[in-house]
Amino acid sequence: MSQIDEKDVKRENPVTERLINGIVKENPTFVLMLGMCPTLAVTTSAINGLGMGLTTMVVLALSNVFISLLRNIIPDKVRIPAFIVIIASFVTMVELLLQGFIPFLYDALGIYIPLIVVNCIILGRAEAYAYKNPVIPSLFDGIGMGLGFSVALTCIGAVRELLGAGEIFGIHVMPESFVPVSIFIMAPGAFFVLALLTAIQNKVKIAGERKGKDMSKIQSGCGNDCMNCADTGCAKRLIDETKGEGDKKND
Amino acid sequence: MIKELLVILIASSLVNNVVLSQFLGLCPFLGVSKKTETATGMGVAVIFVITLASAVAGAIYQFILQPFHIEYLQTIVFILVIAALVQFVEMFLKKFIPGLYQSLGVYLPLITTNCAVLGVALTNVQKNYGILTGVVNGFATAVGFTISIIILAGIREKLKYNDIPESFQGMPIVLVTAGLMAIAFCGFSGLL
Repeated sequence: MSQIDEKDVKRENPVTERLINGIVKENPTFVLMLGMCPTLAVTTSAINGLGMGLTTMVVLALSNVFISLLRNIIPDKVRIPAFIVIIASFVTMVELLLQGFIPFLYDALGIYIPLIVVNCIILGRAEAYAYKNPVIPSLFDGIGMGLGFSVALTCIGAVRELLGAGEIFGIHVMPESFVPVSIFIMAPGAFFVLALLTAIQNKVKIAGERKGKDMSKIQSGCGNDCMNCADTGCAKRLIDETKGEGDKKND
Repeated sequence: MIKELLVILIASSLVNNVVLSQFLGLCPFLGVSKKTETATGMGVAVIFVITLASAVAGAIYQFILQPFHIEYLQTIVFILVIAALVQFVEMFLKKFIPGLYQSLGVYLPLITTNCAVLGVALTNVQKNYGILTGVVNGFATAVGFTISIIILAGIREKLKYNDIPESFQGMPIVLVTAGLMAIAFCGFSGLL
């Protein structure tokens, strides 16, 4: 799988290939199910979802570029701490920029902005892609993944906002007689929306496997995807101790 | 003072439960909750690390970052301190308290970049908690995590024997369970 991907990169235009890969083929939320904490926490409305997605995209693209530039300098053994420092620096910069220029978003996202540091997607892309590939593809890998994340968060946010408040992007769209199901913008609603999402994903996966397609890319639940995920709070690492090899295998 | 700490204890463990209402630490919550035993181990390890990390992060903020007016470095400093702390605790336990290491050791590396640990450290700073208040807040948050992960593990053990629709098997049914638990925990919001 991984070798085929790399060949594709060389044959096609790497820019569009990376963008499509991030938005569709390996969508971090809908396909890989990474970064669930911010996904659930900030998607109470479409605008918050979009803001979080774009903020993450900026951090992801910048850290990918930087890590790719430094990939020959960073020693293998201390790469994870090095990635974390780079990512944390960009997160701090973005946080300060948001605080200065988009204060309403800064207030709405709150503590989840600094927590972008521990988002599985960013460390995962650093480890799986940027550390092994040149700068330009890494930049577009970051942008593609970030766009995929933004699209997913905006969609989830729009659904929750529509059901929970009858609005999309703050504009009233439902008829007057519609009674908002306010649980959807509260904490439990996030779990239910994600449950439905993973159920749909399961259905697609099962249907695809029956037809004999390769569905190994579809993961359900952050807790099941440690190969892509540099967040050490994962289930698989508890079971098998071969995390070092697992990390290198990917992409 | 005591009353204030008690309020924080209840607020952080039950009312604003870290997993069910703030969505921090979801990965271990969903990943390590298949058995009650492992869930308990994870919970105890989280209590240990978060309490310690909030003490250390609070001290660093108050004695290093604030005097030098470099508060904006908090995210970078906290994440590094937490990672180093977990490594250090692991080595310390392995060498000096092997019994405890055997029961908690597996879980420690899993917690390093757990967002709940960093989340608590940052919340303490945001809410202007002192070191003691911060430690109590960290402890309470971790207790809340432990309560919810043990409850979820208990329910999942029973779920195994149920007939679940094909597409809801695995993660979806766990998320539905978590959602129902979150509704139950909403009941605590009237407490304060």
